[in-house]
Amino acid sequence: MSAILAENLSKFYPVAVKEPGLKGTLQHFFRRTYRNIKAVQAISFQIEPGEIVGFLGANGAGKTTTLKMLTGLIHPSEGKVNVAGHVPFQRKSAFLRKITLVMGQKQQLIWDLPALDSLRINAAVYGIGDRDFQRQVDELTEMLSLEGKLTQPVRKLSLGERMKAELLAALVHQPQVLFLDEPTLGLDVNAQVSVRDFLREYNQRYQATVLLTSHYMADITALCQRVLVIHQGQLIYDGSLDGLVDRFAPCREVEVELAVPYSHDRLSLYGDLEAIDGRVAKFLVPQESLTRTVAKILSDLEVVDLAVTEPPIEEVIGRVLQSGSVV
Amino acid sequence: MNQQNPLKKAWRIASTLLSVYYAYMLEYRAELLFWVLSGSLPIILMGIWIQAARTGDFTLTPVEFARYFLAVFLVRQFTVVWVIWEFEREVVEGKLSFRLLQPLNPIWHHFASHFAERFARLPFAFILVALFFWLYPQAFWIPDIGQLILALVVIVLAFALRFLIQYTLSMAAFWTERASSLEQFGFLFYLFLSGIIAPLEVFPPVVREIALWTPYPYLIYFPANLLVGLPVDVGRGLLVMLGWSVGLYVLYRWLWRKGLRQYSGMGA
Repeated sequence: MSAILAENLSKFYPVAVKEPGLKGTLQHFFRRTYRNIKAVQAISFQIEPGEIVGFLGANGAGKTTTLKMLTGLIHPSEGKVNVAGHVPFQRKSAFLRKITLVMGQKQQLIWDLPALDSLRINAAVYGIGDRDFQRQVDELTEMLSLEGKLTQPVRKLSLGERMKAELLAALVHQPQVLFLDEPTLGLDVNAQVSVRDFLREYNQRYQATVLLTSHYMADITALCQRVLVIHQGQLIYDGSLDGLVDRFAPCREVEVELAVPYSHDRLSLYGDLEAIDGRVAKFLVPQESLTRTVAKILSDLEVVDLAVTEPPIEEVIGRVLQSGSVV
Repeated sequence: MNQQNPLKKAWRIASTLLSVYYAYMLEYRAELLFWVLSGSLPIILMGIWIQAARTGDFTLTPVEFARYFLAVFLVRQFTVVWVIWEFEREVVEGKLSFRLLQPLNPIWHHFASHFAERFARLPFAFILVALFFWLYPQAFWIPDIGQLILALVVIVLAFALRFLIQYTLSMAAFWTERASSLEQFGFLFYLFLSGIIAPLEVFPPVVREIALWTPYPYLIYFPANLLVGLPVDVGRGLLVMLGWSVGLYVLYRWLWRKGLRQYSGMGA
């Protein structure tokens, strides 16, 4: 049985529309008009137990709305959803014990108290016995390198420590399915790496299923073999990360150091000119014409150095999200 | 891993919530004193009514007025509720989402934080009462022990009823951004009909009779009178409190279920 199953899942919201200016304000006060926003439109996918899947999309693409439907926070407008054998929006206790949601921009820990106090509440609510609770906290504390931090008020922790403590609070009941919405948001590079390492280790140790959204491509490339790409509420790609790069980026970047500067117009003849910096030019060249183009550049221009590379994954994903299509 | 005994589990949840929220409230030591002092309106009104009783013809003597308003002050201290502002913020900012992800109705978090706060403000309130008796010793009285126990039970019920009224109004947050405006409107009735401004004895009989069918007099007037030892219809009082509590609970559950379908987890 799949850990997560979504079939034609949709969510529509009515949103009040207001024109600018005094007239618009008065109209808005006396007679409100609403527009139906299609936040998520008939998306279908399934995720098997133990998989880590990246969920990509620009801001407002529908990622968080989908996560909210999968965790039972909001009711879908249409479609079917099943997570860990339950219908999420029924919010049955057995379902809530199997899942967790971590939101990088939100916190569940009580700000003015040590994290351990919030953890005690979680232990009581989830019915975790004292011994199990202690063992679980010790284990997660070690995995997250949080020794000595849980007895300090949350407000005194650094952003990275706070995020780790949030992860600990979200995982103390050993959920089977983890929904992570930007878990590394605002963290420095070292903290991002340690959160990533932790998530990988947690997944391996507990065979947990993870659906992860992040704007940091390093999170996705480090953790996910498979990605879902959502654009304007529609699922436009479901497959391997490598497949996405191959399908959307059948181009290579050719960086040429020239002996003398050439004009923009002249250089444009050899391909999609990405940038010129003095005597260094960068071209984007389709893979099928790569050999021919490189040969032509070498024969026509005075070249000091030439390098061919794959475009960075951030760039590829950025283009997919911008154009909304996978070629 | 899960404990099976539901009673044991409920006790563990209740005691943990209370101890953690008590610790949370004790973080605000200085603020607690100001919160207690901010409920001093009855003390101000006491002065006015004592003066009025000396010159006019009222059913209560100046000392009875003093005791009544001191009891009002104390009852208010233990029935203060602010849950609508908290709930509204949680819905508007999407913070309710974390609570909804746990297998415990969020009402218990709110109830526990209010209940624990009572214990945190207890010492401050008693210091103020002692100070009052030191300044105005004629008003000193020791209630009969049976009467005191009954008054304490009614104060707890009054707190629960006040909490339920405000929590039910809070459900409006699922449909409107400012549910607290309902509470601000309702506060007028609370102020007038609960006996904060004046004991119900000084109201015209028709108004008093109507008021006694609303929940408001049972939030302040009824427990204050029990504490002071002034005559009240205990049976009717308890029945009206129970009736309103059951009715509000049913309404709250209905609105909660409807509201959750409406919830969009904004900002989260």
